[in-house]
Amino acid sequence: MEAYFDNSATTRVFPEVADLMTKIMCEDYGNPSSLHMKGLQAEQYLRYAKETLAGILKVRESEILFTSGGTESDNLALIGCAFANRRRGNHIITTSIEHPAILQTCGYLESQGYRVTYLPVDNNGQIHLEDLQRAMTQGTILVSIMHTNNEIGSLQPIEEAGALIKRMNPGTLFHVDAVQGFGKARIYPKRMHIDLMSVSGHKIHGPKGVGFLYVGEKVKIQPILFGGGQQQNLRSGTENVPGIVGLAKAAELLYNHLDEDVRHLYECKSHFIEGVEQIPDVRVNGLLPGAPYGEGTAPHVVSVSFRGVRSEVLLHALEEHGIYVSAGSACSARKPQPSATLRAIGVERALLESTIRFSFSIFTTVEEIDYALEVMYDKIPMLRKYSRR
Amino acid sequence: MFKAFLIKYAEIGIKGKNRYLFEDALIHQMKYALKKCEGEFLISKTQGRIYVDAKTEFDFEEVVEHLKKVFGISGICPVVYVEDEGFEKLCDTVVQYIADVYPDRNKTFKVQARRARKNYPKDSMTINMDMGEAILKAYPEMKVDVHDPDILLNIEVREKIYIYSEIIPGPGGMPVGTGGKAMLLLSGGIDSPVAGYMIAKRGVKIDAVYFHAPPYTSERAKQKVVDLARIVSRYTGPIYLHVINFTDIQLYIYEQCPHEELTIIMRRYMMRIAEHIAKETECLGLITGESIGQVASQTMNSLIATNEVCELPVYRPLIGFDKQEIVEVSEKIGTYETSILPFEDCCTIFVAKHPVTKPNLNVIRRHEKNLDEKIDELVKTALETEELIIVD
Repeated sequence: MEAYFDNSATTRVFPEVADLMTKIMCEDYGNPSSLHMKGLQAEQYLRYAKETLAGILKVRESEILFTSGGTESDNLALIGCAFANRRRGNHIITTSIEHPAILQTCGYLESQGYRVTYLPVDNNGQIHLEDLQRAMTQGTILVSIMHTNNEIGSLQPIEEAGALIKRMNPGTLFHVDAVQGFGKARIYPKRMHIDLMSVSGHKIHGPKGVGFLYVGEKVKIQPILFGGGQQQNLRSGTENVPGIVGLAKAAELLYNHLDEDVRHLYECKSHFIEGVEQIPDVRVNGLLPGAPYGEGTAPHVVSVSFRGVRSEVLLHALEEHGIYVSAGSACSARKPQPSATLRAIGVERALLESTIRFSFSIFTTVEEIDYALEVMYDKIPMLRKYSRR
Repeated sequence: MFKAFLIKYAEIGIKGKNRYLFEDALIHQMKYALKKCEGEFLISKTQGRIYVDAKTEFDFEEVVEHLKKVFGISGICPVVYVEDEGFEKLCDTVVQYIADVYPDRNKTFKVQARRARKNYPKDSMTINMDMGEAILKAYPEMKVDVHDPDILLNIEVREKIYIYSEIIPGPGGMPVGTGGKAMLLLSGGIDSPVAGYMIAKRGVKIDAVYFHAPPYTSERAKQKVVDLARIVSRYTGPIYLHVINFTDIQLYIYEQCPHEELTIIMRRYMMRIAEHIAKETECLGLITGESIGQVASQTMNSLIATNEVCELPVYRPLIGFDKQEIVEVSEKIGTYETSILPFEDCCTIFVAKHPVTKPNLNVIRRHEKNLDEKIDELVKTALETEELIIVD
């Protein structure tokens, strides 16, 4: 049996999406900028994609800007805003548990003379609005907060933060990294006071190498790529038509029955938490008080620390049984240092390197979870026996 | 412009009656290296010289890069050759050659002719003088210096006439295959690939053994070792990499023996297994990347303990090297970047906080007795389930 529990790293593409993309690549392969029929056809595909995504977010089609994925969206949002608003201030606020695409970009902006405040999170992995309020100044040009944390699945109070920001300084822009949240929750930028929002295709059963940035119509950003002037001069480069359409199709399929899917994911999550807690000496990270089965956190992510087991070893042991998980998040799994997010939520030192992330998708079944639990019941005592003394 | 290379070889010249064996091995290794280059080449051995003639278009940089990895070559001379169309024509060619190769001509030179074809009308001394005169006439800024010239211009008269003056240094050493074969204990670290490189440089063909310990070491760690072997194989030719699943042996030692001695006892079993494969594959020795005192298992006391389980000699070319010196070689041969990728290897996973640094041989032997019940069976299984990867 195979159990792929690494859906926060990437997901399996919907067959319908792959079929549609194949058709576009092999038959309807025109360049949307070309004047002839084939170009027009490609442009119509783009229009379908924009309509679909704009419909899901309840925004205008002109507010969707396609990119190469989450990282580019985050870079464009932060750098593009910072540079376009330089005369209004140089202060940026973000959180200490953002994805590296945000944190590294903030580091770059600091080297360019910007000042960045990193909001702390509590043991549930959530920011406190009072901290945000205190950090806001007249010179704050941008606040960037992630919707769903990729490592522990904590959710941030996006709508409340948006309202607070706009109340304190209507000129401050609000960016949301929704790479892990889009496709799992209904997010409405207008209602939530979001000015910019990053989304990636491959986290929602779409293709890799494509994403989009929602940019509210009144928001000024500066491009970071220059060239042929596509997408209102904000993102030059021939549009990745098959990728863009694949992303839109995947989003359409997901949002057609989002509520059932989310219910299914929570069922998987609570079933898993219940099962994994049967193992002695484990700790599920990031749960809210009084919500033992992950209510109020992302439906698809569970972070578990197994005392006395090195996460990499457990990962490879599970892999031998066709179970795929992540040690930390995929983005940090290649680096040896322990996760900053886990440290930020107060996971004790001994557990930092014993933490595994399980992330589910709508394809996940209860049978797969039971299978994985059985394997863990069997393996973990053995792995603990042979730990480093 | 260059159509051939004259290959200068190092120590082969002094090998007496066996010399042809060394030359043939060198040619074999050169052919292997050139197979990976674009173009067709003819390698010929005449009168104590080895020439590489390009039969087709080729990429100069690529060929030099590959030849620089063939042990036994001390120098690579890019050669221009011309048909014999009279001495005047030859002078024109040489003058043009100097213009092409030496944009700055404020240099001293010496012509060194060699008349291999004895029916050529001028003898060597005459060629030297007449050619020198022609060059001085063309470039008055150049000067003759017969003792220590900046440019030593070689003119060799054969069926064609060969002109060369530059020597690109080769790696030295002796052609791989002339010195027998040895088994390298290859980990994913910095040292062992360098050790393999150094022994291969003495003409030794290399095979390797890697101890894999899933799930404690990952597939990526194994891939890293294959990648390292591939880099080393550019110097040594194909490497037979024996991958041994070591997990059960390691866990059994962990269960049965004192933790401080785990690494030493583990190393002893690695040596035993490596030697077993070495003997079966006609290797004449083992190679490790050990260096005195680098880690607990590499103190002189520990080396006694790991050494005593082998009959074959264990070659430790890095024994007197500092880490920095090893790093320098690994950067030179191109293994460093791969070696430092952060994957756990099986030597470090269960390492004790304070492993023994001065193991007592009798104590170690006594504790190894705890393994009597199952160890032979486990070693046998490990050997039977080895995976052979031919790295080329």
